[in-house]
Parts: sequence; C-alpha cells; structure tokens
Amino acid sequence: MIRRAIALGFFGLTTAGAIAAPVRADDVTTFTLGNGMEVVVIEDHRAPVVTQMVWYKVGAADEDPGDSGIAHFLEHLMFKGTETLAPGEFSATVEAQGGNDNAFTSWDYTSYFQRVAADRLDLMMQMEADRMRNLRLPEEDVLTERNVIIEERKSRTDSNPSALLSEQMRAAQYLNHPYGVPIIGWKHEIAELSRQDALDFYGLYYAPNNAILIVAGDVAPDAVKEMAEKYYGPLQPSAGIPARIRPTEPPQLAERRMVYRDDRVSEPYVIRSYLAPERNPGDQSKAAALIILAELLGGSSTTSLFAQSMQFGDAPKAVYTSASYNGTSVDVGSFSLVAVPMPGVTLDQVEAGLDKVIADFLVSGPDPDDFARIKTQIRANEIYARDDVDGLARRYGEALATGLRIQDVQDWPAVLDAVTPEQVTQAAVEVLSRNNAVTGWLMPEEVGQ
Amino acid sequence: MKHVALKMLQAAAMLLALGLPAQAAIDIQTVTSPGGIKAWLVQDSGIPFTALEIRFRGGTSLDAPEKRGAINLMTALIEEGTGDLDSQGFSKARDSLAASYRFRSDEDMISVSAQFLTENRDAAVDLLRRALVEPNFDQDAVDRVRGQVLANIRSDAKDPGTLAGRKLRAMAFDTHPYGTSGDGTVDSVTALTRDDMLEAHRAALALDRVYVAAAGDISAEELGLLVDKLLGGLPATGAAMTPRAPMNLTGGVTVVPFPGPQSTVLFAHEGITRDDPDFFAASILNEILGGGRFSARLMTEVREKRGLTYGIGSYLVGYDQAEMVMGQFSSANATVGQALDVIRNEWRRIATDGVTEDEMAKTKTYLTGSYPLRFDGNGPIASILVGMQMIGLSADYPKTRNDKVNAVTMADLKRVAARLFRADDLRFVIVGEPEDVTATE
Repeated sequence: MIRRAIALGFFGLTTAGAIAAPVRADDVTTFTLGNGMEVVVIEDHRAPVVTQMVWYKVGAADEDPGDSGIAHFLEHLMFKGTETLAPGEFSATVEAQGGNDNAFTSWDYTSYFQRVAADRLDLMMQMEADRMRNLRLPEEDVLTERNVIIEERKSRTDSNPSALLSEQMRAAQYLNHPYGVPIIGWKHEIAELSRQDALDFYGLYYAPNNAILIVAGDVAPDAVKEMAEKYYGPLQPSAGIPARIRPTEPPQLAERRMVYRDDRVSEPYVIRSYLAPERNPGDQSKAAALIILAELLGGSSTTSLFAQSMQFGDAPKAVYTSASYNGTSVDVGSFSLVAVPMPGVTLDQVEAGLDKVIADFLVSGPDPDDFARIKTQIRANEIYARDDVDGLARRYGEALATGLRIQDVQDWPAVLDAVTPEQVTQAAVEVLSRNNAVTGWLMPEEVGQ
Repeated sequence: MKHVALKMLQAAAMLLALGLPAQAAIDIQTVTSPGGIKAWLVQDSGIPFTALEIRFRGGTSLDAPEKRGAINLMTALIEEGTGDLDSQGFSKARDSLAASYRFRSDEDMISVSAQFLTENRDAAVDLLRRALVEPNFDQDAVDRVRGQVLANIRSDAKDPGTLAGRKLRAMAFDTHPYGTSGDGTVDSVTALTRDDMLEAHRAALALDRVYVAAAGDISAEELGLLVDKLLGGLPATGAAMTPRAPMNLTGGVTVVPFPGPQSTVLFAHEGITRDDPDFFAASILNEILGGGRFSARLMTEVREKRGLTYGIGSYLVGYDQAEMVMGQFSSANATVGQALDVIRNEWRRIATDGVTEDEMAKTKTYLTGSYPLRFDGNGPIASILVGMQMIGLSADYPKTRNDKVNAVTMADLKRVAARLFRADDLRFVIVGEPEDVTATE
C-alpha cells in the first residue's frame, strides 16, 4: 500500500542482483515519435491487462547542488493536478477504472506507471500526456506534500540504521559524482525545497524528447502507435535539456572505511561496496562478467563461495553472506558484499573471511561446475522472465533511461551466455581491490557508555 | 512495518481476492488425482514451465507449546538435504535443473511454491518430492539454520513494526498460538532437537490438510499423476488443528518505548468472518475507509490533507481462527496524537453516517474492475487458485462474484458500518517516543 516508493539504493541486505533476460525480439516493437519520444511495445496476450510506463531520463543525479530530493519531490507533486485535472484526480480516475498507478525515482530516472484493463489504455495515455506539460501546483498542496516526504525519509532512512549506514557509505564512495547524494535528499535540504524549485525542474526535464513510453500487455503495436501519436505526438519537445555529463570520480588512492553505531542495531554486519564498470551501449561484456562473479561469490546462501567457506563447517564465521552487482546506470556502477557474523565472531574476523575467499578466487578462478550451473540458470531465467510482463517493461525502461539501446537489451542474454571463466577472473582482478572500495561496519552502541 | 505488516497485507489480499468479476478470463479445471488428491489447474502452454502451489493448513499454530518455533525451523530445513544429498548437494541439483522451490510457514499454513521447466519436469518434481517427503534434517543443517532463525529473532526484537505486531497479538490472543510468534523465542529455538524436527514434519505435512493448484504448461492428466508422485508418500493425517482464538482486545492506547524520530502504530479491534453474509459489505466499507488507494478516507485525511504520514491503510484480517479490522501507519513523534484523533473521527464518521452514493459506486467499480488484473501470469494464477481453495470457494466462484459485490446496497453498508467500526473499541499500539499521547494503562 505504500505509494510512490523511491527506488532504493544498492546497498543493504538484499539478495544478489536478479539476472536480467529480455523477451524474444518478436514480442517487442519499437518506434520513435516525431517529437523524439521513444516507444517500446511488449506484447503479452495471456490476460486482458496493460501497463503503461513513462520513464523520464532525469533523476536525483541530475539535481543542482543544494536541491537534493527535488527529483523525488516532483515525482510526488506530479499527482497534484493539471489544467484539467484536480489534485488527486489522476489516481482517482485510474482507480475508478479498476486500475492502480504509482511512480518511482532513482538517480538516473523517474518513472510513472498505470496498470489497467487493456481497453482503458486510451484514457491512461491521455492523462499521462497531459501531465507531461500541463502540471499545476497549488502552493498549499506543495507544502503538505513536503511534510509527506519528510515523513517518508523518516520511515525509510532515519528509522533504519542500515539505510543510514548505506547513505553515509554512498557519500564516501562518490567524492565527486552526484550518485553520493541520497535520492530522497538530505533532510536539511528537503525542508527547503519550494514549489518554484519543482516547477523549474519540471519545465526543464519533462518533455517528450526526454521520455520513453513502454506499453506492455494485451495490446496491438499498431493501435498503440496510433494512440501515442494522438496523445504524445502533439507535445512540444524541450530545447534546453542538459546533456547528462556529470562530474566524474577522481582516482581513488586510499581505502575508505567507516563504523556506524546505533542502539537500534541488533545484528552487526560488514558491508563493502566497490566502484565497478556499468553496462554501456555495445559494450556489456564486463558488466555481464560481474553479474556472474556476484552469483559465484554470493548468489546462493548454500553453494556460493562465501556461503561454502563461511557458513558451513565446524566453526562457521557467518550467519548470512551475499554479493551483488548493480551496473544498469548512466555512470559508474557498484559491486557489493555483505556478511553477518555468527555470535562470538568479530566483524574483523568475518571481514577477513570475505577477503580470504576473494584472494583464493583471484588465484583459482571459477569452479567449472559452478560456472556451468549458473549459466544454466541464466538461460532458464529467460523463460521464467516471460511470465512477468511488468518486469520486462521495467527492464526495457531502466535500460533505455540509462542510455542503453533496444539492441543492448535484446543482446544481453547472449552477452551473459558468452562470458568465459577468464573474463570473470579478469573482472574480479579489476574490481575487487580495497583501494577501490568503501567498507562499513554496522554495530550496536557500546555497552557501558 | 515490514514483517508483520506484510503478513497482514497477505491476509488482506486473500480477502480482497474475493473480488473476481465475471470477465476474469481464466478457465479453472478441477482435477482429482488417481490417488484421490484434489488440485485446481489453469492450463496455458504459452511459456514452457509450470507454477505449482501447495499449502498445508495449520502452520506454526500446530507447534506443541513447549516446542515453539519447531514448525518454522522444520520448514526452513526442508531444502537442506535429502537422502545422499546434503544441503549443498540439494541446492546444486535444484539449480542444475533450473527449478525453484520456496518453503514458508505462517500461523495458518506451510506453503510450497515451485516452478520448473517442461523439459525436465519429472526430475524437478522428483527432487522436490525427496525434499518434502524424505528430508534429512542433518544435525549440522539444523544447527546452521537455527543460527539464522536466532539472528532473525534478535533482529525482530529491535524492529518497531514487529514489536507493534507482537504486542497487539499478545493482547488480542493471549495464550492461543496466535498470541506469540511462530518463530519461537531464543530459548525455545535453542532447545529444539532433530527429533523435534521429525515430529514437526509428521504433525504439519499430511494429506488431510493439503491444497494444490497449478498454472502453466501441464495438462490435467499430467497434473494428477504429478500430484500423486509428489505427495503420495506423506502420512494421511497430522496434528489436530488449533481451536478458535479468543479476542481480548479492549479500547485504549499502549505505548512501547523505542528510540527514533517516528512512532510506528498498529490499531485494531474485532473483525468479521469470511462466511458472514455481511462480508462483502464489510469489504467495500474497508476499501472506502482504509484501502491502499489514494482516494481512501484515511489516506486522504491523514496523508493528503495533513501530511502526517507517508502511508496509512486498514485491512480486514482473516486468520483461520480469528478476525480483526486492523490498520497501520508511522508518524513523527510530535504528530502521532493528532493522527490518532483523525483516525478515531473517521471511525466514528463511517459508523454514524455511512458512505456516499459516489463512494459506493466508485468502490464497486474498483473492486470489480481490478480483479482480472491479478490473473497476469502462471505464478500469480497458481497462488490465487490455492488461496481460493483454502478459504472454501468453489472453482466457478469467479462467475458469480461480481454480482455479489454489486448486490450490496446502501442500506447494507449503513447497517454493517454501524456494526463493524467501533471507535471506542480500537486498541492503538504505539512503538516509539510519542510526545502528545498518554497510554491508557
């Protein structure tokens, strides 16, 4: 029931990254409108349902310094009405059709979606096109909504020691790149965001030539094209959209470490994040190798290298371990590890355990059986993924919004399948250096202080 | 609100799953296996895999009192080895087949969710059978997974949402199993033995309490044979079901001190049974008052108009042996009291004045229109089908359901609102440091 979730950061006690796999190309149709709006249609006729998503190629990493949180704040305000829709009427209209709608914001994109019966797509497009250019914001609604996002920050971040550590670690990881600023914004800056800040951001970035339309479900591509041309086609493109050239990271010369203590912590853990190359158009093989590396190291609580080494045996060090990689981003991505120690084992010991597994792996490379098994799963995931057309819609949207092309999405399974054990070892050598990382320890307050 | 709230949401979702409109375009086949096990099926060969959902009624409520946590731990151990396969051997065998199995327990059931490719269905089902029917419960696996459970128990003790749920349930259900966590306590879980696992397995996984549904690339005949092969080796009967739970909640405010900028709040009183003739009216009323939609009254009053919370909702919670109307939200410590006043007012307003014609019409449209949107994949369909069986619906229910929603009248809503929503009976459990609220005891 929680609406308008922001896409969470990459840190945290999550399982390993999902293995992406697009549909067969023959289910996907793409075209571009005259005003520059890119359109992807994914057909799935098994249920009379459609999802419309509009992805804007703007997110928290595109904010001006000092305005952190404005991309996410605007996302909330996009439900506050237009010249023809009263505040709240957008969602009420979707709901009156039996549908649901929501939105989410990340560093590189902001996405809005509705899920409705397939024969209601026309109305959804009409409304989504309307709010792309015709937003109206009553001042009192803006102030009330600002309180809502302050409460949201308290729920997501300030009440959650893991989220607070994650926020601090990102700030340390990215010295110069705006990925170091939280999506939801720093608390003191959210409190100062204004109606005009939101309108300025909106006016600059919300336009058809900065947006991607994904329509997925029980639809015919020709009908979608006709509708898209009718509703989105007349919208004027924006001339002044800034290129996504962000400050880049200087070379990292020293390991970065931090300890965060909080008396709300029960289970301490160690978490480490390395900077890692991202997927790039026509150049995804290193990212694919990192996906498989994450699976090998920490993708399974039973058979991964971390699990085998640290969770089994006579004196196991860890209760939980994992590794994951996030490489679908405009700029540099990240590769992260987590280990929760057994009671009586120190964070120092459990971190040494992680480092030993990595050191051994750099020498030995992937076990052939493990490697083959993971490849089998990746191929099978292509089949299972077709059961979730909304998931496919998100994959296309996320990829296109971060600068990849349709072809890159469709090539991705083959790129994953082509990864060699040598490439995985090479990727590990390049990425898994502590001088390329920030390491955090989450701990309870010291007793007796 | 993570853990408890999610469980509550699942319960609520199961109730709302009654909202099938006539146009739900699925064709449910009922299958009886040669061995006499019943299963529901939606066959669709569009994608070459099958989603299989199995439920065993009873769940962690079947724990013997001094063995609290046994069924939860046992369920987590099903995938930790069978026969010549140890934990890692089992995991490798499953992954090599590209199959997935998930085993979960809650207060009313153990659930098994499996997906497997058509090309190696037999091998994937046989491996699942070995795990389910002949688990090893090796001592090293018991100890390792016990460590994971204990870590969860310790984490829950510092999670405000879990603390709120625990407190509320203890107050409502007292010594009934619903009154304590099925995970057990540090002491009870530490004391569990391998023999306890074998006993829990015998108690909980039996044919007299099993429900089966499948969706995907499999025929009725194939499913019948599969079910016999998979489940035929389980015992015919298991432990006696838990009795009806008491409902000891009284109106008032309970504060559980917890540090942080926000308070997490659960509120509840007695609910309504699924087979009550007024259940449809109650569902419509709850959707108007506290549904997850933006236009619901609580969302409008607490979030949209006043900015007191990021999200608020209410649910008709249905356990097998108890019912509650329940809600949840978080708010800054300084504004919790204000939010409580708004909620009590809304509770009184709907009980006294009912709802408007416009609200009734829009909510009926929403409930009837949203249902077919759920049937959008083999995984979701199998899950819905097994849920329908557990709450006693017939396979042709989807054809009549919309009519029942639409048959609810304004007079029904007025009468049921006055009966269901009792502001003075609401118990608020606040976990945090609320500034403007006084506990009533």
